[in-house]
Amino acid sequence: MQTRETDTNTLPRIARGFRLQWEPVQSAHVLLYPEGMVKLNASAGEIMKRCDGTTRVEAIVLDLEKTFSTTGLERDVRAFLDIATEQRWIEWA
Amino acid sequence: MSIVAPHNGHGAQVGPPLWLLAELTYQCPLHCVFCYNPVDFAKHEDELPTADWIRVLREARAIGAVQCGFSGGEPLQRNDLEVLVAEAHALGYYTNLITSGIGLNEQRIGRLKEAGLDHIQLSFQDSTREVNDFLSSTRTFDLKRKAAELIKGHGYSMVMNCVIHRLNIDHIDRIIELAVELEADYLELANTQFYSWAHLNRDQLLPSREQVERAEATTNRWREKLGKKMKLFFVVPDYYERRPKKCMNGWGNVFLTIAPDGVALPCHTARMLPGLDFPSVREHGIREIWYESEGFNRYRGTGWMKEPCASCPEKEKDYGGCRCQAFMLAQDPAAADPVCDKSPRHAELVATVDRLQTPREDAPAIPLVFRGRKESLAAETLF
Repeated sequence: MQTRETDTNTLPRIARGFRLQWEPVQSAHVLLYPEGMVKLNASAGEIMKRCDGTTRVEAIVLDLEKTFSTTGLERDVRAFLDIATEQRWIEWA
Repeated sequence: MSIVAPHNGHGAQVGPPLWLLAELTYQCPLHCVFCYNPVDFAKHEDELPTADWIRVLREARAIGAVQCGFSGGEPLQRNDLEVLVAEAHALGYYTNLITSGIGLNEQRIGRLKEAGLDHIQLSFQDSTREVNDFLSSTRTFDLKRKAAELIKGHGYSMVMNCVIHRLNIDHIDRIIELAVELEADYLELANTQFYSWAHLNRDQLLPSREQVERAEATTNRWREKLGKKMKLFFVVPDYYERRPKKCMNGWGNVFLTIAPDGVALPCHTARMLPGLDFPSVREHGIREIWYESEGFNRYRGTGWMKEPCASCPEKEKDYGGCRCQAFMLAQDPAAADPVCDKSPRHAELVATVDRLQTPREDAPAIPLVFRGRKESLAAETLF
């Protein structure tokens, strides 16, 4: 099986040319890129804003679990990061 | 261009204009035969001053616009471009420059980068100097290559756009090769759609069905070869479709265009439509224009539709297609876009397309009309 970036525990960051920002009018995080925009749902926004290029996936998961007083988020976070990688929203450092 | 956005055309709730297209000027050093500026552009030369553009940027951002495109004409013709980019950047827009590259040099791109410009889209007319320069009626091919180097050299990803039509579609293999050579990240091979100057030249520009199929096959071969290295977009001419495009993602749904003279439009060609009074930013605020003006509300959502659109199960998928195309081909902006095979006028379009499959014997006798000020002032037709 091919090794996925999310399994190697490197550092995810917002890809070059993309910008993540909070839009009050839409009450959502949006990801802006050349001539386009993706409106993120609440969980995607929470994950993406932690992809700062200095935090490992494990730490992102722990932080989310702490912030939302829950457990067992790792699978969902990794699944989302796979999609985000496929979409070129994030890069791995 | 793509945008994923909440749909808001159906029902009472109207969402914000997410995309602001600032057409800063109709001035352009090129004379492209497929230019999308209005044919009568020379009659609207009273350009907005810097202060008005800054007000437009602020007001549109305040009601939710996030993408800002600076286009024209050639936006580099405005010497306040850097000031406007800086303002847009400071306001939180993602800033895009849509340019032919003419006027871009080391100093200018440096200043734009410093001002916070996020992205540049560079247009080409063809892969060879001869055809590029012929189609734009200028000697600009080498300047464009230089612009491409500057764009990459300043760390921008590059979207190359090449307008495709009968006269260059058979060079598509070489066009893609050129994009690879220039290290483009995205290449848009957009078949010209027939508005404005392209409409005047329609008989010479519509590629044959066979040409389109061949070009698409070539594009697919390159897609396989290039994988993730470069993304290729191929846009088929509407005339070969059987369902219309969801034009502008819906009228007054996400796109707000401000023309060089300050007229606010739901799309950059809507000015051609009769009986619509589009508001000017010189007299009205952006919020009022977007939410309350007659021009932006006329074809919003689905309430304005006639048959066959009104009862069509796909009406919210494509909103009946393009209002300008409906006007041009069916003389009624509220008709179904004749591209749709449910339109009673579709057969006429098919007949036109069939007639244009083989170039006419006397084709060389019909001159191409190059976009120009003189031609514009003389123009009687508005599209």
